[in-house]
Amino acid sequence: MSEPLLSIAHLSAVSTRDGNAPVLRDVSLSVARGEVHGLVGESGAGKSTIAKAILGILPGGIRITQGRINLGGRDLLVLGAHERRRLLGAEVALIPQDPLTALNPARRIGAQLTDGLRLWRSLSARDAELRALALLDDVQMREPARVMRAYPHELSGGMRQRVLIAAAFALDPKLVIADEPTTALDTTVQKQILRLIRAMQERHGTSVIFVTHNLGVVAQICDRATLLYMGKVMEQGAIRDLIEAPHHPYTQALMAACPRYDRPGQELEPIPDAVLAACRAEVVAFDRAGASHG
Amino acid sequence: MAEALIDARAVVVAYAARRQFLSKTAPARPVLHGVDLTIGRGETVGIVGESGSGKTTLGRALIGLLRPVSGSIHVDGREITDLTEAAMRPLRRRMQMIFQDPMSSLNPRRTIGRTLTAPLLLHGLVDEHAAARRRVEKILERVGLPANVLERYPHELSGGQRQRVGIARAVVLAPDFVLADEIVSGLDVSTQAQVLKLLGELKREMNLSMALISHDLSVVRAVCDRVYVLSQGRVVEQGRCDFVFDHPQDAYTRTLLDAIPLPVIDPAWLDRQPPGTAT
Repeated sequence: MSEPLLSIAHLSAVSTRDGNAPVLRDVSLSVARGEVHGLVGESGAGKSTIAKAILGILPGGIRITQGRINLGGRDLLVLGAHERRRLLGAEVALIPQDPLTALNPARRIGAQLTDGLRLWRSLSARDAELRALALLDDVQMREPARVMRAYPHELSGGMRQRVLIAAAFALDPKLVIADEPTTALDTTVQKQILRLIRAMQERHGTSVIFVTHNLGVVAQICDRATLLYMGKVMEQGAIRDLIEAPHHPYTQALMAACPRYDRPGQELEPIPDAVLAACRAEVVAFDRAGASHG
Repeated sequence: MAEALIDARAVVVAYAARRQFLSKTAPARPVLHGVDLTIGRGETVGIVGESGSGKTTLGRALIGLLRPVSGSIHVDGREITDLTEAAMRPLRRRMQMIFQDPMSSLNPRRTIGRTLTAPLLLHGLVDEHAAARRRVEKILERVGLPANVLERYPHELSGGQRQRVGIARAVVLAPDFVLADEIVSGLDVSTQAQVLKLLGELKREMNLSMALISHDLSVVRAVCDRVYVLSQGRVVEQGRCDFVFDHPQDAYTRTLLDAIPLPVIDPAWLDRQPPGTAT
C-alpha cells in the first residue's frame, strides 16, 4: 500500500485554561488517498480538536504537547506559519457544521465562491465565475445562475450546505474535513448531502475526514473510523469490523444505546456505568504511565 | 377503548397575516389543514415530520398555546379551543411541556431551586415554601440529579442535566399530559438514551399521557405506542408503531424511514431511492 496522505502520530494536547488537563492522549491515525475516515465520539471526546489541529486553528487555550501531523510528506506542526497556510490553503478544505455562520450574510454566493478561485488559481473575474457556475452544477444545484446572485439567507439549509461543498472542492484539495456537516439538516436532506459528499469525493479521489457523533452516518459513509473517548483512541479500523464486530466495550455500549427504527420498541440501554468507569480507568492508567515516564 | 385524554378533530391552524416589507399584508398562512389526533390515558404518541411539517404547531395547539382557526380539541372531555385564559388556567397545570433547548427555556438568572418551586406555589399545590422545597427535592432525586443543583444556575449544568431539570419541572406539577418537543435532538447518544429511559419510567409510574415530537423516527419507535406522520400540515399516516415502522403504507413515510442511516453495513443505502419517489 502506498504512503497515506495524512498520518497523525502520537498527538497529545492539553488545555492550558484547565490546569493542563489532557484533551488529546497519544492519538495516532492515518488516512489513505481516497479514503473516508470517520472521527467518532461524544461531545468532549476530542474529535473536533483533532480536526482543528490539522487545520491549524486550535483555540488559544489548547496546546499541543507532542506528536506529528504529516500531510503528503510534510509535518504541519513544524512548518512556519506562512508555509503552512500555503499548504493548507491549496490542499485542505473544510465543510463546516453550520452553513449559515460559515457564509458571510452580506455577500452574494457568487462573490464568496469566486474568492478562493481568484486568490489561489489567479483566475480572472469572468473565468472564476464560469468555474463557480460549473461547481454549483457539480453539486446538483438547480438554477446555479440564480444561486450565484443570492444571499445566504435566501437559500435553504440543504442548498447552503451544497454551496459549501462546492466551495470545499473548488480548489481540488487532497483532504476535505467535514465537521458534522449534516447535524442541522432534516434526514431526507442529510441523505442527499451524504450522497453528494461521497460522489464528489469519489470523483476527485479526495480523502475525507468525517467528524460525527452519529454511528449510523459513520456506517454509511466511512471506509475506516477512529472512535474516541476523552481524547483517547478506543477503537480504530475498517468500518465493517467496527460496526459488525466491535471489540471495545465502549463501542459495543455505544451501538446498544442507538435507537433504531427497524427494531421493535425496546427500552434503550444507556451506556452502563461499569463501561464508563472502565474507560475512565483506561485513561487514568494511561496518564499515570505517561507521568512516570517523565 | 376508554375515552381519550386528548381528542383533536379537524384542527386547522393558520398563522396570522404578516406585514411585509414594501408590500401589503401577506395572506394568512395555513400550517395545519384539518388534523385528527387522539391520545389515550397513559399512552405515548409520536408526532414526526420534517421541518415545516407543522409538528410543533400541532403540539402547541394540543396544549392550548395557540388557538386553531377551526376544529375542536377536547381535553378530558372538555372543549378547550374557546376557553378564556382564566378558564384555561387550571388545565395548564395538567398539561406540561418539555422544551427542545433547556438552556433557552430556563431563566438564566434564577437558581434551579427557584425555577422548580415557583410553579408549585403558583398553582397552589403547596401552601408554603418549605413544602415546595421538599417536593422538588424528591423529584430531583427521581430524575437523578443531586440536591445541590437547587442552588445552581442553568449555565452551571451540563446539557443532559439541564434536560433532566426540564423534565423535573414538567412532572413536579403531577400533570396528566406532557408534550416533549425534540427534547433529545441536541444530546449525545448516551445522554439521549438516559433521558429517554427516564421519561419511559416516569410515564409508567405516573400513568402519564405523552406526545413526543421528533424528526428522529428511531427515537419515536423506541418510546412511543403510536405514531402520526405529518407532511405539510396533514397526517399522511398513523397507527401503532410496530405496524407503521414494519409496514409503512405511505410513500412519504417510506422516504423518511429510508433516509435514516442505521449503524449497519449496507453498501446500497447511499444510492438507494425508496420506491415511488423522485430525486
